[in-house]
Amino acid sequence: MKKAYYIFHKDFSSELRMRFALNALIMFVVVSLSTILFAIGSEKATENVYAGMMWVVVFFSAMSGLSRTFVSEEERGTNLILSLIAHPVNIFLGKFLFNLVLIFFINTIIAILYLTLFSGFVIQNWYSFILAFVLGNIGIATSSTIIAAIIAKANVKGTLYPVLAFPILLPVILMLIEITKSAMVGESISEVQSEFFVLLSYDVVMLTASLMVFDIIWKD
Amino acid sequence: MNNVRLIVSNLRKAFNRRLVFDGVSFTLEKPASIVITGRNGSGKSTLIKILAGVLSTSGGNFFYEVGESKLDSENIYKIIGLVSPYLILYDEFTAFENLHLFSKIRGIKKSNEEIFDLLDQVGLYERRNDLLRTFSSGMKQRMKYASALIHNPTVLLLDEPTSNLDDEGKKFVNKLIQDFKSNKILVVATNEQSDFQFGDSIINLDAYKINSKR
Ligand SMILES: Nc1ncnc2c1ncn2[C@@H]1O[C@H](COP(=O)(O)OP(=O)(O)O)[C@@H](O)[C@H]1O
Ligand SMILES: [Mg+2]
Repeated sequence: MKKAYYIFHKDFSSELRMRFALNALIMFVVVSLSTILFAIGSEKATENVYAGMMWVVVFFSAMSGLSRTFVSEEERGTNLILSLIAHPVNIFLGKFLFNLVLIFFINTIIAILYLTLFSGFVIQNWYSFILAFVLGNIGIATSSTIIAAIIAKANVKGTLYPVLAFPILLPVILMLIEITKSAMVGESISEVQSEFFVLLSYDVVMLTASLMVFDIIWKD
Repeated sequence: MNNVRLIVSNLRKAFNRRLVFDGVSFTLEKPASIVITGRNGSGKSTLIKILAGVLSTSGGNFFYEVGESKLDSENIYKIIGLVSPYLILYDEFTAFENLHLFSKIRGIKKSNEEIFDLLDQVGLYERRNDLLRTFSSGMKQRMKYASALIHNPTVLLLDEPTSNLDDEGKKFVNKLIQDFKSNKILVVATNEQSDFQFGDSIINLDAYKINSKR
């Protein structure tokens, strides 16, 4: 666990110096949010629209930033030294931790911007929203990490990522939209019990499956 | 000190349909050394990467034995050190930061002094706080030696060991090779006639191009 932390630490210091992911992420958030702001303007949209748009922005920002963890190692050729100093499980966990921190950071910014910029975006059941936010981020980080590991080995990195990520992340995004809608109208958690159940199972299944297959993906 | 053996039997590697080598077998028992040679493209680097546990095989097998037990393929990294042209360290970190990072990720305790000492051995102590980005190719080659030795490996895998090195660097490598040859396990991939003396035995990969499965 400690070894995984140091891999995370390496990626984190590296990111601070090189900005592989952060710049792309922030640019994406700024551009997409201002576009939506212009489009909606002062009109009041339905809960459906707000919830949908928020998670669409999250999905695409995950697309633009989270693949960098593995792709940058592969592109620079540093994956060899990494496999020479660490067990594959620790490599996966370190990268997962990095993506988790990144997605929490970016999604918190997105959520705060949404809450301040769109007067129609009001959360009534905060417990429900925050729980979904946390579970959703874990799911997105897990899937993004394993997909990034897969595409880092492919020749057509750029196009492949969204293609693979869309079907894999779709269940999470759909559940998140449902729960967000319900949190906006102030329903209690029990109303969206099954959605939460899907989110939780998704996280557990994806994390276990990723840990099991990462070995095979990582070795050329 | 535990006995360490490297057992390679009938190893085969193909990239897609192209066969690189087939039927490579040898056993090394500490202390031992072997030189791998062959034309460009004969598979020397490929074999070294396989032995380092970072590339999969297409047939046959190999394993490291420590004492009586077989080392798990995911744990090979703990006992081997690799120097290879394909090895690229982290450009955005300094020489010291790279080594510090490697010891942390490996989970071995190294004091700053020990890392300084290692940097001194490869002649990079003065440049310890410079980013690797600013290093010459020879200095980068020296850094690879430092990163390969930080965990006191029992098996040293060297691919083109003296490339980019000056006389002083070559002398360091020579001493290191003599040490591993007589105390540990050494595998050297090279085309230099003068390096052939590094191995107790020599294997030429040009002789392993025939597909045994046809
Ligand atoms: N990643 C790869 N994909 C496809 N072919 C490869 C790959 N790596 C090496 N090869 C091929 O394997 C053969 C052996 O390469 P290599 O081991 O680098 O040779 P050497 O080190 O003996 O010069 C060459 O024909 C090379 O083209
Ligand atoms: Mg070679």
